[in-house]
Amino acid sequence: MNLLEKIDAAAAARIALLPNGVGAFGIPIEEVYSATEARIGDRRVLLLGTNNYLGLTFAPECIQAAHDAIDKEGTGTTGSRMANGSYFGHRALEREFADFYQCSSSIVFTTGYQANLGTISGLVGPGDTVLIDGDSHASIYDGCILSGADIIRFKHNDTADMEKRLRRLGNRIETTLIIAEGIYSMLGDQAPLAEIVRLKNQYGCLLLLDEAHSLGVLGETGQGLVEKTGLLQEVDFITGTFSKSLCSIGGFCVSNHPQLEQLRYISHPYIFTASPSPATIASTRAALELLRNGSHLRKQLWNNCTQLYSALKEAGYELGPDPGPVIAAVVDTPQQALLLWQRLLEHNIYVNLILPPAAPEGKSLVRCSVNAAHTRDQIQHVGDTFTKLFKEIN
Amino acid sequence: MTESNYDEIMQLLCDRLSSLTNSNAQITPETNLISQLSIDSIKLLNLIMEIEDTFDVSIPINALTDVQTVRELVDLVYKIKTAS
Repeated sequence: MNLLEKIDAAAAARIALLPNGVGAFGIPIEEVYSATEARIGDRRVLLLGTNNYLGLTFAPECIQAAHDAIDKEGTGTTGSRMANGSYFGHRALEREFADFYQCSSSIVFTTGYQANLGTISGLVGPGDTVLIDGDSHASIYDGCILSGADIIRFKHNDTADMEKRLRRLGNRIETTLIIAEGIYSMLGDQAPLAEIVRLKNQYGCLLLLDEAHSLGVLGETGQGLVEKTGLLQEVDFITGTFSKSLCSIGGFCVSNHPQLEQLRYISHPYIFTASPSPATIASTRAALELLRNGSHLRKQLWNNCTQLYSALKEAGYELGPDPGPVIAAVVDTPQQALLLWQRLLEHNIYVNLILPPAAPEGKSLVRCSVNAAHTRDQIQHVGDTFTKLFKEIN
Repeated sequence: MTESNYDEIMQLLCDRLSSLTNSNAQITPETNLISQLSIDSIKLLNLIMEIEDTFDVSIPINALTDVQTVRELVDLVYKIKTAS
């Protein structure tokens, strides 16, 4: 089989999963009306499949900041952070993240994906070891692969399994980095951070926590799982993204280890790409300010999360263990998931469809992402529709 | 490690692969894990965790880039086990 035939085979497998030309992946969104509504085809749909957790995509402060930045600095930096792409805003945002996390060092990356790629590949290399959760995001896997370090997986959120693997590392432990996530994107469950911290201290290695889905969502000021658990000072490196609660695009890493600064000179995903545009940086700075002072948004978000989680649970759906902004209905087969996804869209509700092998344990997921801008009536409508469809898919 | 240990690893892996793939086809050392057994990446990674526990070793998943056949997987486990 030649290279193109291999791609054809993969395409055929994908098409077989999605019969009748159903375009579940990369669905075209024609118009966006608000943080909760858009047009898909000729339907005005309720958006339950975005990562807009605080509902800030149309926040006037962020829009104005982006407009001002374009007027003053243009549409793009046209260069790397290493060369001409470090404007006042990039450095200011780094200072603001360092302040937010009470850390001495902070680096802004062009995407959240690159934040993990750049941080992990800068921290470890060939001969080192990364110990990662089995359900880690692709950016973590790819960062590990790029680093050349030995990659060992532990069972998802299973600290007994993690300890077994730590013990086997023997004297390699001092060059080992553990990686976990604040909230996992598939089932919306949270890492057992207290136990992970206890083990990393006991064995003497470093810990990186990705707060991509938990930034803005957990903790009094929205720092994430580190704040909810009171373990901010115990985590060595925190990464995160701007493309969820901060409603733009980009990523960051913060740390109290001064060595983080050295990554600016060795991390290819930081060096060999253009820096975020001035508008992106400006809207992110405005959004970070709103996030820090957004306890009312978090309260609204959690009310919505609890309302939808309870409705789906009551309807009989299998869900992840924790209520939260990521609420995934777990079904046995891709056909069930596809049917549920299609029927929801026919009821003008857009959610995410996740099929094997992307979904854990061979299951399929219909995943909702709740946000603070959803109204109680909108969440009620989604809950009622899921309930109505339960019998149809089972 | 003796030759019988190598055979033991081979037997154990063949048995496990057989139940993982629900395949009636005979699994031999030359069987290709991907093209013949259609093991997806997640199943393979989970199998590696099982093997680690069975033999009390650490098997980096990046070492799998050189593994295509059952024999190559057994060679990898054997090499790591004897070095540990």
